[in-house]
Amino acid sequence: MNLTINVNGTAHNIDVEADMPLLWVLRDVLGMTGTKFGCGAALCGACTVHLDGAAIRSCVMPVGNIAGRAITTIEAIGSTPQGQAVQRAWLELEVVQCGYCQSGQIMAAAALLASRPDPDDHDIDAAMSGNVCRCGTYQRIRSAIHHAAGSRRP
Amino acid sequence: MKSSAILGRREFLKDAAAIGGGLILTIAIPPAMRPSLAASAAPYFAPNAFIRVDPEGIVTLMMPMAEMGQGVHTALAMLLAEELEVPLEQVKLEQAPSDDSLYANPILHVQSTGASTSIRAFWTPLRQAGAVARHLLLTAAAKRWDVTPDSCLAKRGVVIHISSSRQLRFSDLVHAAAALPVPSLDSVPLKHPSQFTLIGTSARRLDTPDKVVGRAQFGIDMKLPGMAIAAVAISPAFGGRLKSLNEAAALAVSGVRQIVRLDNAVAAVANDTWAAKKALAAAAIQWDDGPNGQVSTAQIIRQLEEASARPGAVARHDGDPDRAMASAAQVVEAVYQIPFLAHAAMEPMNCTVHMQKDSCDIWVGTQVPTLTQVQVAELTGLPKRAVRVHNQYLGGGFGRRLEPDGNLLAARIARHVDGPVKVVWSREEDIQHDMYRPCYLDRMSAALDVHGNPVAWKHRLCGSSVYSRYHPNLIKNGIDPDAVAGAAQPPYELTNIHVEFVRVEPPGIPTSLWRGVGPTHNIFVVESFIDELAHAAKRDPVEYRKSLLTRNPRALGVLMLAAKQADWGRPLPARWGRGVALQFAYGSFAAQVVEAEVGVDGRVRVHRIVCAIDCGMIVNPNTIAAQMEGGALFGLTAALYGEITLKKGRVVQSNFNDYRPMRMNEAPIVETHVVQSSEPPGGVGEVATATVSPAVANAVFAATGKRIRRLPIKTLDAISKS
Repeated sequence: MNLTINVNGTAHNIDVEADMPLLWVLRDVLGMTGTKFGCGAALCGACTVHLDGAAIRSCVMPVGNIAGRAITTIEAIGSTPQGQAVQRAWLELEVVQCGYCQSGQIMAAAALLASRPDPDDHDIDAAMSGNVCRCGTYQRIRSAIHHAAGSRRP
Repeated sequence: MKSSAILGRREFLKDAAAIGGGLILTIAIPPAMRPSLAASAAPYFAPNAFIRVDPEGIVTLMMPMAEMGQGVHTALAMLLAEELEVPLEQVKLEQAPSDDSLYANPILHVQSTGASTSIRAFWTPLRQAGAVARHLLLTAAAKRWDVTPDSCLAKRGVVIHISSSRQLRFSDLVHAAAALPVPSLDSVPLKHPSQFTLIGTSARRLDTPDKVVGRAQFGIDMKLPGMAIAAVAISPAFGGRLKSLNEAAALAVSGVRQIVRLDNAVAAVANDTWAAKKALAAAAIQWDDGPNGQVSTAQIIRQLEEASARPGAVARHDGDPDRAMASAAQVVEAVYQIPFLAHAAMEPMNCTVHMQKDSCDIWVGTQVPTLTQVQVAELTGLPKRAVRVHNQYLGGGFGRRLEPDGNLLAARIARHVDGPVKVVWSREEDIQHDMYRPCYLDRMSAALDVHGNPVAWKHRLCGSSVYSRYHPNLIKNGIDPDAVAGAAQPPYELTNIHVEFVRVEPPGIPTSLWRGVGPTHNIFVVESFIDELAHAAKRDPVEYRKSLLTRNPRALGVLMLAAKQADWGRPLPARWGRGVALQFAYGSFAAQVVEAEVGVDGRVRVHRIVCAIDCGMIVNPNTIAAQMEGGALFGLTAALYGEITLKKGRVVQSNFNDYRPMRMNEAPIVETHVVQSSEPPGGVGEVATATVSPAVANAVFAATGKRIRRLPIKTLDAISKS
């Protein structure tokens, strides 16, 4: 079916099945491969994007459900103040190892900071425990979120 | 202490072999170091196959190793940049083509990134490559100024004539340097480590900027004009065959291009992943399970138990352990057992192939590009040079991508497809068709004298030999050097010792490399058992180990450093405990102290892991810390949760719900303390993974008095302090 979806401020007209998860629309139809496939079942968070500013798992979100709403991906999160602070903190604290899960981690962290500008460890656990990293970068992610929050404190 | 900069090649070889930690290491000079014959005719300066300097001054390193998170692209570039005297940011990386004749890992003799060897393998060659290039650029400048080379120096991409302060950029010297004869490698001296300005610093990783904005290209991100995407289903029982499928129903799914039938797999080829997945589901595939349809884990463990009654191939025999055992004050015996493990890298298995009449292009993130090339050439009958492997970033490797099986499967599918096809496995296929870290069963016995000191040590380990399939040329007298790594040479003084290996290949499940096989197995057993001996001797676990290390100063050094940093001996709350473990593997010494809490429900929660590592000379301390953090969590995940089981020939686990990764709310803090050393470098990638399972098991014992002899810990009954 024909749909219009809004990704990173750009409207895209696409012709896909309404049940196709947003992840495959982004990766296979629009060619935006920054958002990653990890499990296909909302178990790992590698596919995290923002829907109207909130973190969602794009691998289980049928594209037909979200037509017209604002989708933000890793390719554009740097243009939000939270996304920029998170990406900068990720670089400063050298968080990344293989990097495959980090698009999703950054999207989850940016959504967290948008809703809680100065999260404590409990907030971080609650927001980030759905995002798996097999390289084991968790303690650096935690530090980097605090670092990003600190850099945005007045 | 000797430094490797002033070591001759022969001596370095000998030292490198001695630091192998059980593995047989010989380092050859990579052929890429041979002077490039075409150098003078080229439009750029390329004194060997690793380096190219173009007239714009861009230095390109032809990167022989794969980046899978371990930071090797940055670390190897640092080795080159240090000697070449260029800023690290000025080094551009290009993945070297698949070519063992130029880019083989000098330890593994094939272009393979594994066994924590990259720094050890390229420590000397890449510094020499940089030094030779610098020498030629400097010589070219000196000629132009008509001065002697030793009156000039190179710094930050510029040659300076010291007394006159005249300067020439490397870019100005490309053609002149290219015309000079390339000197022999050992005629150009390397820097003394005291002169290093880059090696030893926490230089920023070169791959990170692209990875935080979603721009880094992993294998799974391939896009090619006309490319199809394939979902794949492999026979659920290993060795099974395709029986039937409903092809019409599969082809009726919108967006599906074709169904490819192989003897053991089916691929749905479509415009997008979603259509491909739906088509596979619609195909209602029926399988013939073949010979392994009834295999179960229980059967495999029974087989190991039976095998453990037999003597094995002798990996080590010193003194007379049987005699010492007969006259001992006390004998301690224990049986340990560890499970199969999957890799579950975050990037599911995938491979893109464009098969054409006279060539085959393969885009994949792999640890073994040339092995892939060879196997696809054999499959297709194409000459090796017509099979081109374009290596991409790996979304985790952990040894899974040391196997070319997924690449070969993609090539088999691509033979039936017109145009390029990207084959992507589901997470379920990835976990259920992994090649697994073997399960093992170990029988230990030791004799103690009246002071509790071990006077005899016997270790019989039973299980799969991965190297018998993977590196058969390394098997000597029935001994797989990797399978016995960590067992044959414990760091302790054990004068009467017998270590033997009973090889048992499990039916119906493929075994392979992991983030350490021998070490993740044997160090769990050895370090748990030495803890049992300390307890039997009524002695402190650190003091007991220390008393057996009087002739092993580097091992003693890391043990005492970890104990000190972890506040060993300071009281802890009830149901908390500290556990220690020590190892020598991958050419590095490491110790860990784990602080764990056991809940009344038996749940183990690790709060803190203190790592001490002596990996010889340090290339990038921040990367070492990152590898200790990540390696420890990888090992802890396995120790607490990791287990692959078989039922009716099928892997039971399927996704992250039942093959649990550690998550942020469960992750401890990992602290790393690196010993300053001038010894040749050791490996770091797999080090922390092996030490953690015994350290956590020993911590659980300290907290509860309950000894863990079987992993993962979750499979034990609830542990609670009575």
